[in-house]
Amino acid sequence: MAGTTVSGRLVWLLASVSARRVETPRSITLHLKADAWPGHLPGQHVDVRLTAPDGYRAQRSYSIASAPSRGQLELTVEDLDDGEVSPYLAKELQPGDQLELRGPIGGYFTWTEADGGPLLLVAGGSGIVPLMSMLRYRHDIGSMMPTTLLYSSRAWDEIIYRDELEQFGGDKGLRVIHTLTRSQPDGWDGYTRRIDAAMLGAVAGNPAPTSLAYICGPTPLVESVANGLVLLNYAASQIKTERFGPTGG
Amino acid sequence: MVGEFISRGFRGRGRDDPALAARTPPGQYLTKDFPVLSAGPTPHTPLSEWDFAITGTVDPPLRWTWEEFRSLPSETFTVDIHCVTKWSKLDTVWEGVSVDTLLQGVETEGMFVTAFSDGGYTTNMPLADITGGKAWVAVSYDGEPLAPEHGGPARLLVPHLYFWKSAKWVRGLEIMTRDRAGFWEQLGYHDYGDPWREQRYQGD
Repeated sequence: MAGTTVSGRLVWLLASVSARRVETPRSITLHLKADAWPGHLPGQHVDVRLTAPDGYRAQRSYSIASAPSRGQLELTVEDLDDGEVSPYLAKELQPGDQLELRGPIGGYFTWTEADGGPLLLVAGGSGIVPLMSMLRYRHDIGSMMPTTLLYSSRAWDEIIYRDELEQFGGDKGLRVIHTLTRSQPDGWDGYTRRIDAAMLGAVAGNPAPTSLAYICGPTPLVESVANGLVLLNYAASQIKTERFGPTGG
Repeated sequence: MVGEFISRGFRGRGRDDPALAARTPPGQYLTKDFPVLSAGPTPHTPLSEWDFAITGTVDPPLRWTWEEFRSLPSETFTVDIHCVTKWSKLDTVWEGVSVDTLLQGVETEGMFVTAFSDGGYTTNMPLADITGGKAWVAVSYDGEPLAPEHGGPARLLVPHLYFWKSAKWVRGLEIMTRDRAGFWEQLGYHDYGDPWREQRYQGD
C-alpha cells in the first residue's frame, strides 16, 4: 500500500530493468519491475544502491517519474558529468539488468488530489521528474485541479517529457509554460530567460489561500523561485522545495 | 539474494584514500561542495527580531537576543558532516556557541530535546547527544557569517548525527521529559539518525 509516510522497515529490493527510454541527449528513463514494490505517492523518491565486484557500494536518491496510478516504477536519470551512479544508470544499465533499490522515501514533497490546490509546479532541468509524477497522476485520475507548470530548460531538445507534456496540454485546467534559457528553436515566442520575479508574477500571480507551490531544480533556481513566491505573498507553508546540486549524482 | 548482488558492469570511481574512507559512513560519498537541502523557502529573519530560547522543562527558561548571543564565549571547531541524502563533507570549519555553554546552570529533568527553527522546522534528539562537547549553535562557516541558505544566521550543529538533526535557522531548544518526533522524523526518517549505523529511515 502506498503509505502516506514511510512505515516499517524499508528493505532493499532487487528490481529488473524492463525497458529503457531515451528522453533527451542527457537523460533516460528506466522502467523497473520490483515484485515487492509497495507503491508510492507522486513526488516520492527511491534510494538506489550499486555494488562493485570488490564489494564497494554507492547509493544515491532518484525521484520517481511514474504515477502510482500506472502500476509502474520509472526513474528518469540525468547523466551528470562528474557523477558516479548516474552515468552507470544512464549509459551502462540495459533491459534485463538488475539493481537494488528501496523506498518509497519522502512524505513531504508529495501531492495527491486530497492535498488541494491550485497547483503551481516550477521545475528546472531534471527537477521536472517528481513534478511529472504529479502531472501524470493528475492526468490519470482526470483531476481538474487548476495547475500551472513553469519549466526551465536550456534548450528545446533538453525538455524532458516534451511530447507527453504537449499531450497533457489539452487537459482541462492545466497550463504548461516553458522557458528556454540557452538556445531556442526558430520561431520560439516563449520565455528565453531564467525564471525571475517578473516571470513568476506574470505566470503565477498572487496565490489563493489554498494554493500550493512545488519547486524542484538546482539550488539557485529553487532559492530564487521560493523567494519570488514569498514576495507574491505565498506563505512559507504553501511552498514545498526539493533541491539537487551538481553533486547529486 | 539481496546482499550478495553485484551490479553488472559497475566499478565505481576511484576508491578514496583508506584514511578518508575510514571517516566515511556506510552508503555515503565524499563531496567538496556544500549542497543545500530544505523543505521550504529560506527564512530571512532580521537580526533585530532574532532571539534564541531554551524552553520546556527547564528552570529558568533562557532567552538571548542576537547581541547577547554573540557576546557568549564561542569556539571554532572542525568536524565531519553527513547528510542523509548520501553526501559527507570532511573537515568543515565552524564557529559557534557550545550547547554546554547555553545550558550552564540550567536545571532540568528532561532527557530529550526538540530544536525549533524559523519556518516551523523541528528535529528531536536525546539531550545527552547535544551536551558534553557534542553540539554547537553555529554562526559562521569557513570563516564567514553563515549564509541564509545554509541556515544563517544560526544553525544547530550535531555532527555525529545525520545533518537533518543540525537544524537550520534554529531559534531555540525545547527540553522535554518525553521524546517527540520532529519534522522529518514524523515523515519516516529515523528517530535517532546515527550515520555509522546507517539509521536513515524508520526501522533502519
